[in-house]
Amino acid sequence: MVTLTDPRAVAETVTDPELPMLTLADLGVLREVSDVEGTVVVTITPTYTGCPAMDTMRDDLVRALQQAGYRDVEVRTVLHPPWSSDWITDAGRRKLAEAGIAPPGPAPRASGPIPLTLGAPVRVVRCPHCGAAETEELSRFSATACKSLRRCRVCAEPFEHVKEI
Amino acid sequence: MVAVSFDNAYEAVSEANDEARWAFGTGFEDPLAGVDTSLPSGVDGDDLATYCLMLGDDALVMSHRLQQWCTNAPELEDEVALANIGLDLLGQARLLLTRAGKADGSERSEDALAFFRDEQDFRNVRLAELPNGDFAFSMARLLVFATWRLALLQRLTDSRDPVLAAIAAKGVKEVTYHRDYAAQWTVRLGDGTEHSQQRMQAGLDAVWPFVGELFEPHPVIARLPAIAVDPGMLREEFDGVLTQVCSAATLSMPGTPPIAGVAGRTGCDGVHTEEMGFLLAELQSLARAHPEATW
Repeated sequence: MVTLTDPRAVAETVTDPELPMLTLADLGVLREVSDVEGTVVVTITPTYTGCPAMDTMRDDLVRALQQAGYRDVEVRTVLHPPWSSDWITDAGRRKLAEAGIAPPGPAPRASGPIPLTLGAPVRVVRCPHCGAAETEELSRFSATACKSLRRCRVCAEPFEHVKEI
Repeated sequence: MVAVSFDNAYEAVSEANDEARWAFGTGFEDPLAGVDTSLPSGVDGDDLATYCLMLGDDALVMSHRLQQWCTNAPELEDEVALANIGLDLLGQARLLLTRAGKADGSERSEDALAFFRDEQDFRNVRLAELPNGDFAFSMARLLVFATWRLALLQRLTDSRDPVLAAIAAKGVKEVTYHRDYAAQWTVRLGDGTEHSQQRMQAGLDAVWPFVGELFEPHPVIARLPAIAVDPGMLREEFDGVLTQVCSAATLSMPGTPPIAGVAGRTGCDGVHTEEMGFLLAELQSLARAHPEATW
């Protein structure tokens, strides 16, 4: 009798296509792995609506599980509840920092009308290179939808920061 | 062990033996794959589809205008910002158009709806289709669009349609950033030099005739109580935000009168400005020239 690796453990090894130092589990994108009448059903949620990596994630999950011996695999997308940067695990935050990307702080909690931010947001984001707290936002948008671009005023290095959403 | 290159984005997202290449040829076919798209009880599928097209076409057409800034933005950071905002809106459009094609039972895909409908079938507000003009006009338009859409999406999170509610909840997080971006530029230009202030005021004045349309009632919306958002409810919040931005930007709230529709019909009825034909020609010609191609 062949013993298969637990499908959850297999799915947890699949990495994010755009942040390949993190697994989908680290990122909080992998929501659930279950057995539905012999089919492995994996549930994922997009970080941003326009995330172009969703199809690649689906393909990667199916391939990893099929290589582990699961013939019937189905990947489902859930939109609710919407992904929050709070779902990035501690391991994920550590890996981000090691890759030079500042992990997010706590996500804002919205109730009532969403306040307008007219100035640069007051937020301490430590430089992932030198650890200094004196960093500034260059742009709220960066190479991927989930990151902003910052610069350290001490070591002068630019770096990316996963946005709090 | 698969070697991962951090220097080459293409290598990082594709594999040597992988025929399905990222962003070209990898079935981008169903953004609602695995989402339960059954209709809530008592809802007319055609009405729900029309409402999804209104919201989806706004996002699609606005995204197209933002994409036209690529390689034309004043700074690299803004290039990236405008592309990201366009990408968020394109993502919303994909979900909403897909929802529309399922709700009316036609099973038309997002591509069929985006590339093979004609002008009179597009239901976006005319504000979204206006040409980009100068950067100040584009920022004024984005400020108006994002402020209106954020207020709308926030209320849509309570929709009785779980798919619309879920799309809205994600959209709220995104459009919050879009509104801040446009508002910050409005303040920077308005409260800048005499010249930049004059250009920013001119941009806002030129956008204003298309604001009234955003808050007009529509029979389809009226037939979808608790599913759709009554646009009239959004005006107070919209005016509050615009007043706040104009005050910080030392600009005047425009008083330019609204531009009329045709016999009371406007963008969401398929009555567009003459710019819409040119926009659709650019958006659709490639897909129509190669109707069998996959993207």
